[in-house]
Amino acid sequence: MKMLKAGTRLKSAVCDTEVMVIRAAAGEVLLACGGAEMIAMDVPKAPGAHPDPDKTQGTLLGKRYADAGGVVELLCTKGGKGGLSIGGEMLSVKQAKPLPSSD
Amino acid sequence: MALEMAAECHPQRIAITSGDFKLSYEGLLGAARTAAAAVRESGCRFLGVLDVNSPAVPIALFAAAYAGVPYVPINYRLTKPELEELIGRIAPAVLISSESLVKPLAIPAGVQVITREAFLHLALASEVGTTPATGDPQDIAIQVFTSGTTGRPKAAVLRHEHLMSYILGTVEFGAAAEEDAILIAVPPYHIAGISAVLSSSYAGRRMVQLTNFDAATWLKLAREENITNAFLVPTMLSRIVDHLVQTGETADVPTLRAIAYGGGKMSLSVIERAIQLLPGVDFTNAYGLTETSSTICLLDPEDHRAGVASDDPAVRRRLGSVGKPVPSVEIQVRGEAGQLLGAGESGDIFVRGGQVAGEYLELGSMLDADGWFPTRDRGHVDEFGYLYLEGRADDVIVRGGENISPGEIEDVLLGHPAVSDVAVVAVADEQWGETVGAVVVLRDHSPATIAELQDWVRERLRSSRVPTKIRFAEQLPYNEMGKVLRRVLKQKFGSPAARLVGRPKGAD
Repeated sequence: MKMLKAGTRLKSAVCDTEVMVIRAAAGEVLLACGGAEMIAMDVPKAPGAHPDPDKTQGTLLGKRYADAGGVVELLCTKGGKGGLSIGGEMLSVKQAKPLPSSD
Repeated sequence: MALEMAAECHPQRIAITSGDFKLSYEGLLGAARTAAAAVRESGCRFLGVLDVNSPAVPIALFAAAYAGVPYVPINYRLTKPELEELIGRIAPAVLISSESLVKPLAIPAGVQVITREAFLHLALASEVGTTPATGDPQDIAIQVFTSGTTGRPKAAVLRHEHLMSYILGTVEFGAAAEEDAILIAVPPYHIAGISAVLSSSYAGRRMVQLTNFDAATWLKLAREENITNAFLVPTMLSRIVDHLVQTGETADVPTLRAIAYGGGKMSLSVIERAIQLLPGVDFTNAYGLTETSSTICLLDPEDHRAGVASDDPAVRRRLGSVGKPVPSVEIQVRGEAGQLLGAGESGDIFVRGGQVAGEYLELGSMLDADGWFPTRDRGHVDEFGYLYLEGRADDVIVRGGENISPGEIEDVLLGHPAVSDVAVVAVADEQWGETVGAVVVLRDHSPATIAELQDWVRERLRSSRVPTKIRFAEQLPYNEMGKVLRRVLKQKFGSPAARLVGRPKGAD
């Protein structure tokens, strides 16, 4: 269990996935990728670790992932094989609403 | 971070085209990292840019984020004392500039000047590894000096969390197609210039830079570079329209799909003609402030098409609105006592949302307890939810205690067939404190008398709105971003209107 903070970057312990926390819950949560708790960017991965075969929904670069309540939101900054979950609940992709070329 | 993602997604894609110079997204990331290492080593607290658009601008913007220091673009059109004062306020700093711009200036102590060429040379040399800044969302990303029409320029602060909120809420990562290209003609010190770099990088779109805008060069570059998107301030679009009309040229930019405009009031006749002259192009009106990380309201292409095609005056009128709030932003119009106003009622515009910074370095946050920011713009929302701007709160005319927005009178006068441009300002008046004054530019060969124009307004608005004084002018004074310089116009009517309200008698 960890307290998430907006702006924090984390990586998967079992695949290439990296995320940045966009919005965090008030309390501690268990954020996992591929079934294993996500780790700080500077913590080395255990060699030979691989995602739980039941949790390989995969992550895509640039997609935002949120829990059903919309409390926690993550931005995938590097894609991987594992699926993201919080407290065992899988996160789903949140769509941006692109502006009609106002940039 | 946004740039790292773009570089990973399509490393070989071109990020920047500037004349013959090209830089890929991978190259841009490398340059930003290398420059960031140098910025760090210098020990500076700010990375300033006093220059026209060049590849150094996006490199510096990302290098500053990477090094964890605020990026400060400075308006190179300011006067020597203004520039020296602003530069002094960011010391110790590294300032990227060009010889001709810094030569006349006495550079304040603690400011290290590097020319654009030297900066590019340094950034594009072999990559120097450096660790990115910890990237706290509450760190200051950008500091922009406001134009300071009412006093000393204020330093508007935008933190990473505001910019991220804007980008994540409005741009789909990597959404640009390989052939997409945006033509960036706004200067780098304008919020629209900054957001264009951020949005384009996140979308993976090629950015083509234009240093000095003129209509013919813009059209030529758009054709040569197969431009698909562009952002323009109203004056620029107006010049492109004039150029096409005068030369009889067709626009002939077949790749161009979308033009967004904003940063000032667009005249109805210009946008209507632009839609005719550029038939395949989607137009979007974007309303935003520096303090809100740019766009907060949009009039989308569909509304533009409907507005031009419709016979219904209520729908046509929308072309003069700034559309509806973007999904992540809320808008309120409030009255003088702070009460919420209903449809059609004019008041002060407030805005709330993740991208709204509303903070100045010297004054702190301007947000109220519930997160609302007073834009100091006046306007109203119609029954369909479209927002209409009526000018700055500072420009409101107070006639005998009644607040009058210049915008509604200007719109009525612009509807007169002889009037090509108009600005309404406060005029000092013994009886009323202030009354309405108008400076009118007439169309060629269309005479109109003062009495005729006064009658025109009287038939359409309340009598207090009728200009007591009307002056004719060859043209109105605009700044380079297309904003009318009302201060200059007020002087046309003699001494500036002194507001005596609330000032104790016998003071001084």
